[in-house]
Amino acid sequence: MTTAINHQPPRPSFLKATFAVTWKDLTAEFRSHELFSAMLVFSLLVILIFNFALELDITTRQSVTAGVLWVTFAFAGTLGLNRSMAVEKDRGCLDGLLLAPVDRSAIYFGKAISNLVFMLIVEVIVLPVYSFLYNVNLFNPGLFLVILLGSIGYIAVGTLLASMAIQARTRDVLLPILLFPVAVPVLIAAVKASEGFLAGSDFSTIYAPFSLLIGYDVIFIAVAYMVFDYVVAE
Amino acid sequence: MITVHKLVKRFGMKTVLRGLDFEVQPGEFVAIFGPNGAGKTTFLRILASLSRPSLGEVSVAGYRLPDQAAAVRARLGVVSHLPLLYGDLTAEENLRFFGRLYGVSNIESRIMEVLEMVGLASRRRDLVRTFSRGMQQRLAIGRAVFHDPDVMLFDEPYTGLDQDASAMLDDVLRSVAAKGRTVVMTSHDLMRAEALATRFDILSRGVIVASATRKQLGKSKLLSFYEKALTD
Repeated sequence: MTTAINHQPPRPSFLKATFAVTWKDLTAEFRSHELFSAMLVFSLLVILIFNFALELDITTRQSVTAGVLWVTFAFAGTLGLNRSMAVEKDRGCLDGLLLAPVDRSAIYFGKAISNLVFMLIVEVIVLPVYSFLYNVNLFNPGLFLVILLGSIGYIAVGTLLASMAIQARTRDVLLPILLFPVAVPVLIAAVKASEGFLAGSDFSTIYAPFSLLIGYDVIFIAVAYMVFDYVVAE
Repeated sequence: MITVHKLVKRFGMKTVLRGLDFEVQPGEFVAIFGPNGAGKTTFLRILASLSRPSLGEVSVAGYRLPDQAAAVRARLGVVSHLPLLYGDLTAEENLRFFGRLYGVSNIESRIMEVLEMVGLASRRRDLVRTFSRGMQQRLAIGRAVFHDPDVMLFDEPYTGLDQDASAMLDDVLRSVAAKGRTVVMTSHDLMRAEALATRFDILSRGVIVASATRKQLGKSKLLSFYEKALTD
């Protein structure tokens, strides 16, 4: 056994490493627009197709709004998650990240935060377009909070599963197959809570799905923190 | 600096490394040769903490793998045949990013220093995806030495490079080794490795079957040493 080299090379803090990964993703994406433009165009097409396919009257439109919105967000989110991890895998960059002397969950949080930013930007653009096309008022702070919590949960579990799926040759197909069953609770809760806020229901009727959203977010962020190192290990 | 004892690596039913023993002293430049499928890349991935050994003991810079992987990674620079760089970032943004991940304190001055070392100072604001393969490989070496590691691992660094780019890479490798770093390189290019390394190991079927220092090899050709090791 050789003697350990005593000098301690500097190691960044967890927050600095997380910020570095997020900064890298945002800088690369704001330059290339590859991921964001794909997500946005896909989202707009989905709500446009729903608009023509359903031809709903004004009352029915209100009732399907939450469902259409979350289907759109979920599909667009999956597209973004796949692309975000593919960038790391294609040029061997994931190995570059894993070689860094940082807590690997910092890499997860960095990727998750940038994925969340992309998803939220798409949602901010989709909401007024949907409102215009379907003639539905979506300006509701409660709805915005549900969208934020639902997106956090979806991205938390999605980033973890995308890191797992990226190792497979069939990653594009594998991610939705893995993700949708696990994300069902967060999607159902998000749809129910969104419906409640849009219908102006009493908070006591929204409380259960709202609590489920918060619980799901906390649980999956904690699970990802604990298992990410094993997920990316060979 | 590197000690490997009875290393075994299995992928399911397939055994790639079969009780491999290996030792490298500080400052040595070891070139590992071997036919395709001999286990060279798997071996380097284990030394780089990217893969876990199935059995055996591995220590790098005095730290055990995989238990003390973070301590090993802080002292390690790795260059593979893939550049491990982001095409949509400029050369200096790539280095800045990896500098942050390694906690390098004087990042801005270090960026210029490293870019000058690999001959890319004039292209520092260009996107990496506009670089030729040779330029990307030189920047990859810049990324690997950015945090001034004690140990460098090179996995087939000449893959896909033309003669000019390979010659330029030779100069960069020489300057990396001249700083007293311990270097382990796998390669199929015997001629280039012969000019750079101080020791030559032959890996075949998951074990080191022959080893010779430059001094021991004397005037005999590396090619005949390599061929003899594989036929014995």
